[in-house]
Amino acid sequence: MADAVQSLADRVRAAADAGMRLCLRGGGTKDFYGGALEGEPLDTRAHAGVVRYDPTELVITARCGTPLAQLEATLDENGQMLAFEPPHFARDGRAATLGGCVAAGLSGPRRAAAGALRDFVLGAVLLDGRARVLRFGGEVMKNVAGYDVARLLAGSLGTLGVLLEVSLKVLPRPVEELSLRLELTQDAAIAQLNAWGGQPLPISASAWCDGLLHLRLSGAAAAVRAARSVIGGEALAGDVATAFWRSVREQTHAFFASEAPLWRLAVPSTTPLLALSAAPFIEWGGALRWVPTRPGDPIPREAAARAGGHATLFRAQDKSAGAFAPLDAVSMRLHRGLKAALDPSGIFNRGRIYPDL
Amino acid sequence: MGANERNSVIDPRRQQAVAAALRAFLPPQSVLYDAEDTQPYECDGLTAYRRVPMVVALPETEEQVRRVLQTCHAMDVPVVPRGAGTGLSGGALPLADGVLLSMAKFMRVLRVDPAARLAVVQPGVRNAAISDVVAPLGLYYAPDPSSQIACSIGGNVAENSGGVHCLKYGLTVHNVLGIRGYTIEGEPIAFGSEAPDAPGYDLLALAIGSEGLLAVVTEVTVKLLPKPQFARVVMASFDDVEKAGAAVAAVIAEGIIPAGLEMMDQPATRAVEAFVHADYDVDAAAILLAESDGTPEEVEEEIARIKSVLERAGATRMTVSRDEAERLRFWSGRKAAFPAMGRISPDYYCMDGTIPRRRLGEVLRFIAGLEKKYGLRCPNVFHAGDGNLHPLILFDANDPNELERTEQFAAEVLEKCVEVGGTITGEHGVGIEKIDQMCVQFHPDELEVFHAVKRVFDSKGLLNPGKAVPTLHRCAEFGRMHVHHGQLKHPELPRF
Ligand SMILES: Cc1cc2nc3c(=O)[nH]c(=O)nc-3n(C[C@H](O)[C@H](O)[C@H](O)COP(=O)(O)OP(=O)(O)OC[C@H]3O[C@@H](n4cnc5c(N)ncnc54)[C@H](O)[C@@H]3O)c2cc1C
Repeated sequence: MADAVQSLADRVRAAADAGMRLCLRGGGTKDFYGGALEGEPLDTRAHAGVVRYDPTELVITARCGTPLAQLEATLDENGQMLAFEPPHFARDGRAATLGGCVAAGLSGPRRAAAGALRDFVLGAVLLDGRARVLRFGGEVMKNVAGYDVARLLAGSLGTLGVLLEVSLKVLPRPVEELSLRLELTQDAAIAQLNAWGGQPLPISASAWCDGLLHLRLSGAAAAVRAARSVIGGEALAGDVATAFWRSVREQTHAFFASEAPLWRLAVPSTTPLLALSAAPFIEWGGALRWVPTRPGDPIPREAAARAGGHATLFRAQDKSAGAFAPLDAVSMRLHRGLKAALDPSGIFNRGRIYPDL
Repeated sequence: MGANERNSVIDPRRQQAVAAALRAFLPPQSVLYDAEDTQPYECDGLTAYRRVPMVVALPETEEQVRRVLQTCHAMDVPVVPRGAGTGLSGGALPLADGVLLSMAKFMRVLRVDPAARLAVVQPGVRNAAISDVVAPLGLYYAPDPSSQIACSIGGNVAENSGGVHCLKYGLTVHNVLGIRGYTIEGEPIAFGSEAPDAPGYDLLALAIGSEGLLAVVTEVTVKLLPKPQFARVVMASFDDVEKAGAAVAAVIAEGIIPAGLEMMDQPATRAVEAFVHADYDVDAAAILLAESDGTPEEVEEEIARIKSVLERAGATRMTVSRDEAERLRFWSGRKAAFPAMGRISPDYYCMDGTIPRRRLGEVLRFIAGLEKKYGLRCPNVFHAGDGNLHPLILFDANDPNELERTEQFAAEVLEKCVEVGGTITGEHGVGIEKIDQMCVQFHPDELEVFHAVKRVFDSKGLLNPGKAVPTLHRCAEFGRMHVHHGQLKHPELPRF
């Protein structure tokens, strides 16, 4: 493995010397996410494998090229999981890697209940733009020594360097899970989800689409039973439920089949029905709303901002509207400064978040 | 440790000039510089270090904060933010050439949104006050440092504070949705939001735990959780500390994440029992407190599972709280652990290392060895679930020799934490106190990155300078090498 790091470091050094841009890439499953790819591909997959995993410590440390599926299988054998349920978006023989997963920073259905990917990042080893190998955070649950650079790297889309290794907090799989289906209008579903959110109910996922609300309950058997009687609805068979939540997590659900540009609106969960060009797919208790646009439709960035949120152009052929919502001037200056601190020659994943980053 | 890098003499002309500049927009009672007025600010919870600030500023509006910062920036005056002053690492230790910026007047809860389950509060609001205000709504703010009745949410954000329930509910960073504030130049910042996954880099995560070095926080949006209907705690005795440690791992191996999982050794339980009468088993070598919360059915189910694991792990006695009063009594001992030490010793020194739990036995044996080596007692309280140790060295600060031995003792413990793959601070921060141990935990390249991050926010280095991140020069003088995961076996060898 030292060889793999060495060869990555050599490539980075050479690129920095030549002023050549690099495009960090694992399995390429998130190529679609963010701005267009730029630069010479730098494949991270040779640097793979679990470094340390002791289930009773609730931490796994693995190298960036480790296939996400393999990592999750290892956890599963020990009754544990990545609680943020990251989407793999594995397609056409491409498989997600851990590095790509953390760099993209995307979380899945369990996010509203368990936390986001960044909440589970405990440490990271970074190869920066000067080819230095840097360790931030660590493998313990609580650690406030130094700035939390490890968490900063989550979702940085490879713009700050090559994530060589990541340590993540893991959790036991719930004892019991049960999924329910209810017929509800969009308004009613948003109101109901927020009302339930204020009660101690073990709701671990929610998805509303086309008049149907799906809920997943996870926890102690007694808690799941009790919640079911509070919520009502129709219970799904275990395999049907598993397939359903996988289709939400991986966006293979029919809603996502269209080729139209897909927007991801993150808003306060209580935001009432937004005036959008199409009915959304709603997750995270109301806080995440997916919406496709047709040519000529207004882009939903304004609508999201008015609600106190932001809109990402998630999947689209044409991203000239900008993949991510623009930042205020002070934040943008801080972004540029951080980029320069870790990638002074500007070689990593240029334009992946913002055009000039 | 060691706070004496900077000048400790106040220059009276400079003091007058800075006070006058601040009085241009602050009322007279909000600018203090007479020694008798500034004395109360000379230290935080780490009382071994004291220094009277040149000037204390007590703004009460955001606009005033902005102007204090702009003024200090223009005059090249360093600024030390301060919340409630309960910090245990000297993070709010003033500077003799600086302004101490007290956020104590920012005491308002600005907005509570029960439907969205969040509250927007000013940074001076006390941690416990948030939960008190929202209790009638069936909600609470989860992180519960033992100092929660006194410490401020602004201080919690700066330190990324934890509490006895953070194994299940997370630290400050997991429970804060957004912050607003100002850079040292007085530029407004807003990180995070009520919507998830704010675009761009996670500046919120970077700012949380930054010990007041990157920005002054003037508003905090916290997440509120529905209060669990019900909670019970199991108190279990063990005749051996390592068995208790193994029991913690066994609980987790069983797939249980208790709401709280705490451990105390016998010297700690004895000190506490004499102080609060919490019905602790003072004959046990160690006790564990394991809490379950949720619906009554859920709690019964989990408590039964916890008890059976602890029994198999060799618990010699177990008591389950019968009602809320008893549950709170069981916790009262743990939460009063620090003040209890104050009753059995003139002074105590609290450490805060975190270790991988599997190394607990080794670290406790190491500490026992140091007790002999330095001739000082050291009871242990331990956030067992997340590996965060609080060994408390008992000493007498009036005996300079004891203070020095205490510092050496503490330094050895922290370096041991790094050696076993842990960290020098789990929740109290580096401040001034552990600044030299940062040289052990981090490589100079990593420290250089921290300094680069600092420069991005504060190019003149005026906001809380000298804290949290040591200069490379200081590390060279300190002469300890960076160790990682015990790869380097001789941390005592000089680097040059
Ligand atoms: C008895 C006792 C028990 C404790 N138990 C715990 C515990 O269980 N868990 C735990 O984590 N900690 C604990 N602590 C430590 C302490 O209470 C926490 O670190 C707390 O968060 C500090 O808050 P404060 O308001 O007192 O901050 P202060 O001590 O005033 O300041 C702490 C740091 O925050 C910075 N700061 C304060 N306000 C702001 C602001 N508005 N903007 C920017 N920077 C700011 C200061 O510059 C300083 O660096 C304990 C302390 C005591 C005395």
